[in-house]
Order: sequence, then C-alpha cells, then structure tokens
Amino acid sequence: MDHFDTDILILGAGGAGLRAAIAAAEAAPDQRVALVSKVYPMRSHTVAAEGGSAGVVQAHDTLDDHFNDTVSGGDWLCEQDVVEYFVSHCTREMIQLEHWGCPWSRKPDGHVNVRAFGGMKIERTWFAADRSGFHILHTLFQTSTKYKSIERFDEYFCVDLLVENGRAQGAVLLCLATGEFCAITARAVVLATGGAGRVFRQNTNGGIVTGDGMALAFRHGVPLRDMEFVQYHPTCMPGSGVLFTEGCRGEGAFLLNKDGYRYLQDYGLGPAEPQPRNKYMELGPRDRLSQAFWQEERKGRTVTTPQGEAAVLLDLRHLGRKRIEERLPLICELARHFMGIDPVDTPIPVRPAVHYTMGGILVGIDTASPLPGLYAAGECSSIGIHGANRLGSNSLAELSVFGRVAGEQAAAFAKGAAAAEIPALLDRARAAEARALGLLNGKGGGERHSVLRKEMADSLEKGCGIYRLGDEMQQACDRLADLRHRYDGITIDDKSRAWNTDWISALELGYQLDVAQAMAHSAIARKESRGAHQRLDGYTQRDDANYLRHSLAHYRKGASPEISYSPVTITRSPPGQRAYGALGEQLEHARKEATHG
Amino acid sequence: MVQFSLPANSKIGPGKTHKAPAGAKRVKTFAVYRYDPDSGENPRVDKYEIDLDDCGPMVLDAIIKIKNEVDSGLTFRRSCREGICGSCAMNIDGQNTLACLKPIEDIKGEVKIYPLPSMPVVKDLVPDLTMPYAQLASIEPWLQTETPLPPDTEQRQSPEDRAKLDGLWECILCFCCQTSCPSYWWNGDRYLGPAVLLQAARWIHDSRDDHTGERLDALEDPFKLYRCHTIMNCTTTCPKGLNPAKAIASIKEKMAERRL
Repeated sequence: MDHFDTDILILGAGGAGLRAAIAAAEAAPDQRVALVSKVYPMRSHTVAAEGGSAGVVQAHDTLDDHFNDTVSGGDWLCEQDVVEYFVSHCTREMIQLEHWGCPWSRKPDGHVNVRAFGGMKIERTWFAADRSGFHILHTLFQTSTKYKSIERFDEYFCVDLLVENGRAQGAVLLCLATGEFCAITARAVVLATGGAGRVFRQNTNGGIVTGDGMALAFRHGVPLRDMEFVQYHPTCMPGSGVLFTEGCRGEGAFLLNKDGYRYLQDYGLGPAEPQPRNKYMELGPRDRLSQAFWQEERKGRTVTTPQGEAAVLLDLRHLGRKRIEERLPLICELARHFMGIDPVDTPIPVRPAVHYTMGGILVGIDTASPLPGLYAAGECSSIGIHGANRLGSNSLAELSVFGRVAGEQAAAFAKGAAAAEIPALLDRARAAEARALGLLNGKGGGERHSVLRKEMADSLEKGCGIYRLGDEMQQACDRLADLRHRYDGITIDDKSRAWNTDWISALELGYQLDVAQAMAHSAIARKESRGAHQRLDGYTQRDDANYLRHSLAHYRKGASPEISYSPVTITRSPPGQRAYGALGEQLEHARKEATHG
Repeated sequence: MVQFSLPANSKIGPGKTHKAPAGAKRVKTFAVYRYDPDSGENPRVDKYEIDLDDCGPMVLDAIIKIKNEVDSGLTFRRSCREGICGSCAMNIDGQNTLACLKPIEDIKGEVKIYPLPSMPVVKDLVPDLTMPYAQLASIEPWLQTETPLPPDTEQRQSPEDRAKLDGLWECILCFCCQTSCPSYWWNGDRYLGPAVLLQAARWIHDSRDDHTGERLDALEDPFKLYRCHTIMNCTTTCPKGLNPAKAIASIKEKMAERRL
C-alpha cells in the first residue's frame, strides 16, 4: 500500500475544506497540507448553493440582529456563544472572498449588494447573481492553487479514518483511477465532507452528498448531534428536487396555491402585502414554509403537476424580465430547460425537498471534535449555529467562518502534536483495505445496493418528513435496521478495481445507512415539536422543560444508535415564543421594551 | 516520425445488447462506449434498450437507470444533475455536452454515448482530465493585485465593470469545449485550449486585477493562445451557451491593442 505522511489532512474539498486548506497554508506555511476529495474540487456540492451568504454590512443592520434572527430561527436550540462568534466573523470572511476575486453582485456605487432572505430582519445576504456557492467554490478552488504547501488528492475516496491511541492520525483512501489503496498519516485531520441529503428520496443535493464524513467520525465514537433536524427547502422542482433559490423570494417572488392565493397568510406569516417585508410571508423561515405547504396539500389547495405531484406556484412575474434575468439567471435556465416554463411569464410549480442537515459531527467552538486531532467544519459538522432550523445564507457563511477556524486550529494542533505512529497506523490501514476488498469480492446474497438505497430513501421520506408520527418513525427505524442487516449480504457485480463506482456507491450506502439511523433514532426520541422536527402525535408543542437539549447519537456496532442529550449554551437570548409576520414584530417590540426598560 | 498503426485499444468492437423488459412500449436504444482498463481488452459498444415511459427525461437519467437496474458496472462521473457541477460531460449524439442537460427526446434514433474525445480514457465514460486541470493552474487563476487592499472592506467595482465578466464567469469547467477543439486535439500539450483561455480572459477582464500585462505576457506564445484558429467548435458545443471563441478573440484584441 502506498503511504504518504503529511501534517494536516483535510477530507473534502468543497467550500469548507478549501477554506480550511487555505487557512492552514497561511497559518503554517512550513506545514504540509493534504487535501482529499472524492471528486474534483469544483464538482463539490457547494457549487449548487444559489442564493448567497450572510454578513452584516448595512449601516442600519447590527450583529445583534443577525444573532437574534439566527437564534430564534433555530428555535433556541443554538449554541449562543458560537452564534456570537459566527455573526461577528461572517462579514470579514465575505470581504476576504472578495479580495480573492469572488465576483459579488454590486450596487451602483461599486459596493457589494445584499438581498433579503427568509427569517432575516435586514438584508444581509451577499450574492453573486444566483450562483453564489458556485462563485465561492471557484474562488476558493482557484485561490487554493497558489499555495505550494497544499497537495491535492483529487478523486480519492476515504474508506476509514486512522485512529491510534485515542487520536485521529490519518485516513485510508481508495484512489478511484487505479482502485489501489493508500494511507495518509497526519498530525491533524479535518473533516469537511458536506451533508447527507441523499438519504432522502426528494432532495436538492447532488449524488455525491452521502454523509461520508459524518459516518466516519460516528464509527470512531464521535457523537452525531441534532441529527433529527433535517431541513426541507420549500421551493424545489417537483420530481427531481432541483433547488429554486430562496433568493427568488428575496427578490420579491410570491407563493400561491391553486386559487392564486398567497396562502402563507393563513399560517401566522401575514398579513400579505404587495411589497415583500422581511420576516413576513414568503420571507419567513424554511421550516414554516415547508410546513405550510404540507397543510395546503392536506386541504387540497395545491396544484398537480403533469407527473402527478402536488405543488404550489412560485410567482416571479411581477418582478419583470430585466430584474429576473439579472438577479436570477440560473433560475430562468433551470425552469426553461427542465420544465419548459419561462418564469418571466409563468409561475413555477414548486414543492419542498430535503436540503440540509442541521446536525452533524459534534464539535466545539474551535471546530475540535471530542476525538483529539479530529476537526470538522461545514455541513458535516454540528458546531451549533443552526439549532432546529437553519436560516438561508447562514451555511455559506458557516463554511467560510468555520472552515478558516478549522484550518487554523488543525495547524496549531499539528504543530504541537507528536508525529503520527506510522507502523501501527499502517496495520490499521491494511485492515481497512481488507474490509473494503471484502465488500467488493464477497459473494453476497445477490441483492443490489441500488435496491437498498431506494428503500432507505423511501423509509426516511415517510418516517422523517415535514411532519412526523411516532409509529411512522418507528417503522423507519425498523426498516433501517433491516436494511443494515441486508447490507452485509449485498453483491457487487463489477469486480474490477479501476474507477469502480459500483463499489464506491456500495461503500457510500454503508455511510448513508449509519447517518439515516442516527436521524431516525434521534427523531423518535425527541418527544416535542421544534423547528424542522414537527410531530403530530401528541407532541405538537415545543417542550423546553424536557427538550431544550441537543440530542447526541452514539454509534453501536451491529445495533441501533444510542441517544443521549447535552445542554444548550444560552448566553443572552432566553427561549421565547418564535413567531413571524405581524405577531413576530409585536413580540420583538415587547422584547426590546423589556430589555431597555 | 509518422505512426501508421493505431495506438493500443483504439479499435472499438461490438458489445453486448441488453434487451428492453417485456411489455415496454416506448423503447430507445442507448449505445454506450465501454472500456475496462483491468481487462486489457479493446473497447466495445454495449447497447441498452430502455423504456422511456419508465425513465427521466435527460440522458443522465437514462444512464443512472442503466447503472441502477441493468448494468451496475457502467461507469461515469455525475453529481448535481442540474448543469452546475460539470461532472457528467461526455460526447452524446456526436456532440460534447452535459448528460444532465441533454434531453433524450432531442436525439433521433440510437443515443450514442462516448467519453469526451481526445483525452485518455480511464474507464467507460471517464476521461483523464489531468492535463486541462494542470493548464488551468498554469494561468494563475486567482486575483492578483498591486494596490493595497482595503483592510476592512471590499474593493469597489461598478456594476458595469462586474458585467464585463458576463459570458465568462458562468463557465463551470466541464471541458466540453476544450475537448471539442481540433487545435487542442492536435496540440493539447502546448495550446491551452478554449476552457482555460476563457478562464484567462475572466481574470484579464476583471477590473480588480492589476496583472493584465503579466497575464498577457504569459500567453504571448505561438502555441498557448495563437493555436486558436476560430474553428468555433467550442462555441457550438458549450452546454451553458457560452462563447469561448469570443473570449479568446478578446485576449487577442488586448494583445493587438498593446502593440499599437
């Protein structure tokens, strides 16, 4: 087996991984950085983020407002010390991206422009048309090529972490091109592998978003936190799940039901006014909007697409061709190309689809996991800023802010850490290689992984959807346990070594099943409704007395995960009633009066 | 010296045919290039008969269906399925494009699918793109400034200056254009090719970049830039509707301007 020794190993080269690599290279130019990705960096899913990235920049905006929006948006399940750090570092990161060449959209005076976003009181979403993630990713990728200390391993798939003496010290990789394994040993390891949306059937995520890093850390004893909180984005393409950015609504789009009625006013988000108003109606948060869709569907007030799916209408027409094509060119392209609809003159049928995992690998404010030497940043991590529901444009900001922190922290740790314990690590690497080859070469029972994947996605869709029921969650848990069992008997038809995606997909499914179990078991254990976790079986209210706590899913080999809880850090925003629209504004006034009086 | 025999594994033979399921009404045949480096055998073209009534609308939907249900060994890159990540670039019906953006119904008769031309094939529809990635890195694709950056704020750029990147900033680096260019086929080791030159133009035209002169110097070479003979395959093939040929012409224009 090939072996490379490095100082800092980063797994994942999307926004968070690239930002970490650059930060590490700048903080410690004498250290070597190995940047590993199962795809070429610019194929990473950050590329598909559309709307923009938060950072307070307007004179009438404050860090307090961004903090309050984020914490109430997360239904108070946020680590408030981390949110404080986050909001005070977003803008700096956005400026840094600009200095590296990110082509942000501009105002007439040459300053960057910002747009409104759901749940945000003041416009603070930096955008580059509606390809913000694409431009952030390309800027980071292209900038990363100037650092000589960063060595990339493109199209290398991680099959295991290397842990020895209670410290993360590397990873075992499968080189896609050759099918050969290699071990990378390191003094510090950063996971930046993204989310896991593909465990659901209808989702906005790319095929590569399979929760690899979450499962890798989980299997090595690192808890996954708040995994029951899965975000449904309210405006996605029926059938495929392709995203139509919240930026549409940020620019002023309406959501209409089959009667042309702006139905969100019936769900505590009104009153409906012709001009968009922040934190009202279409600019409410994603969990509330997806829940409203579900209710409308129940009431029979949705339209039906030619493919037979329920949808509501995203209406941009009143914005006019010029604004639509300038601000939302990708949305035009997607609607025209995939649906044959021109949003300039026809509303787009949309419905919710799984978009984001709020939870992930447990890390502290310094991005360090409980496993020494292991750091995590971006969607794969749970650093605690999103709570029970993430606000749009906080995730691109998160991967920038905490990608940097992870790179710096890993560099500092690597500097003080002992050299990797190579002989012992290589033994472990060979064992991991044998396991992966066992999966490839095993005879199995003839069942294909694609069949299991479909069943997994269907069971989560049914059991852990927008609204949840105890018995349906239990069915999902049971089904996943059965799938886990059947997974051991799958057969991989393609026995070749080079670029064997049949094998890679099977390995990914193993990761997905672990993540799916963590989600379903965390969900059934939380007997309340909060943010994106809404129950209809007697636990319809938020229950701070019992559940103002983070869930922690612990891996158990051969068994379902065990769930425990940990406290939430509250610094200055005691849990209050979460409301939007007119009621939200009233409550905010009352809170302000109370603090000033 | 002229080489008269074809390189190894150039000859493509017939492959297997996978029949449509019984009762399929709207059958379309997908003829897909297959090459397995492990076997050492020559490439072949396998045929898959797919019932379009049970398949999504795009070519990517069809090959994912084939992989999931018929032949799990079929190998290709894919991720976003919405034309933004650039993974699934391949040659479909004689033209380089993204499989996720190519409607099956636009193709008459058999759907012929090959890897991007002129690149070494790793396996099936997966080309080795090491060369264009290295060429991309060679143009130093990051913002280069001499004027000190404002410490706590962004650099100003007027909307008009930002708009000068229109037609350039949308490039997803799928390399459809790069591998469609006969000049690149012939001189791919020295000519930078349309995708990389479009990226070079993206930095040359950025009002915030102070290194236009150095960037032009680096391209002032009989091969890197001037092997573009305006064949325009790049522009014809771009799945995002961009015009790399025009971007290259804009670099040549800058070159000419500074000689005046």
